[in-house]
Amino acid sequence: MEQESKLFTVSVYTENNIGLLNRISAIFQRRHINIESINSSVSEIENVSKWTIVVNLAEAQMKKIIGQIEKQVEVIKAYYHTEEEIIYQESCIFKMKSDLLFDERQIQNIIKDSNARIVTVNKQFFVIEKSGRKDEIELLYRELSVFGIMQFTRSGRIAVSKEEMKISEILAVLE
Amino acid sequence: METKTIQETQTQPTTERLTGSEAIVRCLLAEGVKTLYGYPGGAIMPVYDELYKYQDKIHHVLTRHEQGATHAAQGYARISGEVGVAIATSGPGATNLITGIADAQIDSTPLVCITGQVASHLLGSDAFQETDIVGISTPVTKWNHQITKASEIPEVIAKAFYIAKSGRPGPVLIDITKDAQFEEFDFSYQKCTAVRSYKAVPEVDETSLNAAAEIINAAKKPLVVWGQGVILGKAEAEFKAFIEKAGIPSAWTILGVSAIPTEHPLNVGMVGMHGNYAPNKLTNECDVLIAIGMRFDDRVTGNLATYAKQAKVIHFEIDPAEVDKNVKTDVAVLGDAKVNLTKILPLIQKKEHSAWRRAFDDLYAIEYEKVIKNDLYPTKEGLTMGEVLKEINNQSNGEAAIVSDVGQHQMIACRYANFKQTKSNITSGGLGTMGFGLPAAIGAKMAAPEREVVCICGDGGYQMTIQELGTIFQQKAAVKIVVLNNDFLGMVRQWQQLFFDKRYASTEMTNPDFVAIAKGYYLNARRVTKRDELAEAVQEMMESKEAYFLEVCVEKEDNVFPMIPTGASVSDIRLA
Repeated sequence: MEQESKLFTVSVYTENNIGLLNRISAIFQRRHINIESINSSVSEIENVSKWTIVVNLAEAQMKKIIGQIEKQVEVIKAYYHTEEEIIYQESCIFKMKSDLLFDERQIQNIIKDSNARIVTVNKQFFVIEKSGRKDEIELLYRELSVFGIMQFTRSGRIAVSKEEMKISEILAVLE
Repeated sequence: METKTIQETQTQPTTERLTGSEAIVRCLLAEGVKTLYGYPGGAIMPVYDELYKYQDKIHHVLTRHEQGATHAAQGYARISGEVGVAIATSGPGATNLITGIADAQIDSTPLVCITGQVASHLLGSDAFQETDIVGISTPVTKWNHQITKASEIPEVIAKAFYIAKSGRPGPVLIDITKDAQFEEFDFSYQKCTAVRSYKAVPEVDETSLNAAAEIINAAKKPLVVWGQGVILGKAEAEFKAFIEKAGIPSAWTILGVSAIPTEHPLNVGMVGMHGNYAPNKLTNECDVLIAIGMRFDDRVTGNLATYAKQAKVIHFEIDPAEVDKNVKTDVAVLGDAKVNLTKILPLIQKKEHSAWRRAFDDLYAIEYEKVIKNDLYPTKEGLTMGEVLKEINNQSNGEAAIVSDVGQHQMIACRYANFKQTKSNITSGGLGTMGFGLPAAIGAKMAAPEREVVCICGDGGYQMTIQELGTIFQQKAAVKIVVLNNDFLGMVRQWQQLFFDKRYASTEMTNPDFVAIAKGYYLNARRVTKRDELAEAVQEMMESKEAYFLEVCVEKEDNVFPMIPTGASVSDIRLA
């Protein structure tokens, strides 16, 4: 029986090499799986990259994909987590017309209530930044959209797991 | 390069001032490469200039197409167990390698492919013969890398060989810009023995070995299905000892055959779509299925929902990603086949399973009556592919290595070839690459010149790489080529007959005079159309000291049976 699809957050620790993005994304592409978001950054270990990939699929398939990811030569270790097993954040920025700050008083309240902050203001526009969970960002978007948003962008998810991911130990064994 | 490569820390090697291109050749020599296959062109010319200088130490074989170079390197690797090496220029030279690389990836063949690339300052400028071969080859390589500085060459090539041959083997592609080939640097070479982020072989797990042994010892009707992992792991002797002690009937996948002799009493034939009747049927009657070094390909399992559901499944496997990929296992024994089979042997009880083994004999008798007899001893006028194989068996005494292409003749070759020694069946299994046979046979013959190498092709696949006759002629590679000509793309025609109401869309071939073509390349050549000429013609071919081409005109619309239609259960295997 087909399992139900769920949102999973994949954490992949890798060497920092050109071309690995292609290799990882090809694993999903080949199986016709849409990546909801993907983020690559440095990790807590020097010269080790950490990827955070969000996908929506059945757990059985998730397990197989973790196997395929770990099989790549430059991947140190891959994990998958459910929403409950991680602490995660996304970040977003809005560019809005500066006039609104003075004409529409409730914008200031929206910014305050949503724990967003103003990054910069100039004559033409101001920029709001907000970090949080997806639903918080979506709420802020809905609230601001009535005033007209000049530009909007949201980052991929970044996450840390509640459980330890013992990368240093794994590296110690490998070395 | 960022990757941490752990290298042998022996005495510090001395350095020499070399160009990148000379360093490449020196790296190949240090890895023990004696033969490589390739095709020159602009972006790889500095390396060819060095190959010219080093020609007494390393033999470059000029194929007639880069695809031929990869397949020849595959043939070389498959018969020798060593890494095959192919080399090509940038752009079309590199893209022409891709089919062979994809074939090597899915069939776990160790290859190192070296491609030239435009100079680094031209990367991304759509320069002449520039193509993103690293991007293109990524999904079909075990690893790949682009070198833009000569100083990277030794470390990257050392890593390439290590990755290609360790663990589950596979193809590696190294792309080297032309400026890196010209650049001088201080060269020294150390073999790579580990890569930090890469675990070639999982550790032995005694718990799973014990659990597997317990299930095997309790089994009443166990069946082994083995694959190429036994051969790649050089575990033939350990495998034979294991099945003999446990008394388990054992069936093979297309790439596993020849690991034990065809005539071995526990060898019950091939599983899968055109495999034997007994092992397919009894897959769904065994109580324990022991898979060793195989990956449950869909051509092996048929419909997964009805595959061995009654059985406990034990999977001996080197690649953790294969476990539970297609078939859910009860016990996975991860690691090297040779190590794990050695370790499990003392835990296994001696058994005979005589009654269970007789079940295989009974079903074989049915298959013999309905299929095999007519294939090998036909009473109709037209020649069958099976009787040609029988004749080759007779005259090679089962000592020949059989290289096959893809299609009906391949199934017949694998079903009926008689193998006495391992690494004797070289064919394109996973990718089903038509055109594989002829160039692969060249590589096989060059790696094992003492062995008889018989290449079995159909008239379709043969024409996909027919230009490699030029390589055979130039290299004096004494390959015996048999084309089983039915003037059809036979396997597709068979499917059209069975599943598309005989609408033979684009499967009929108007063929050239194959004998004249072979003679055009100065090969001995002969055509057989009648049964009474066959034995003598095969004899003439086998006795020839040089390459020999034999065309056998076979029955045009014969089908290969048994057959499990796509999506059907292994139990529903058809005999006609």
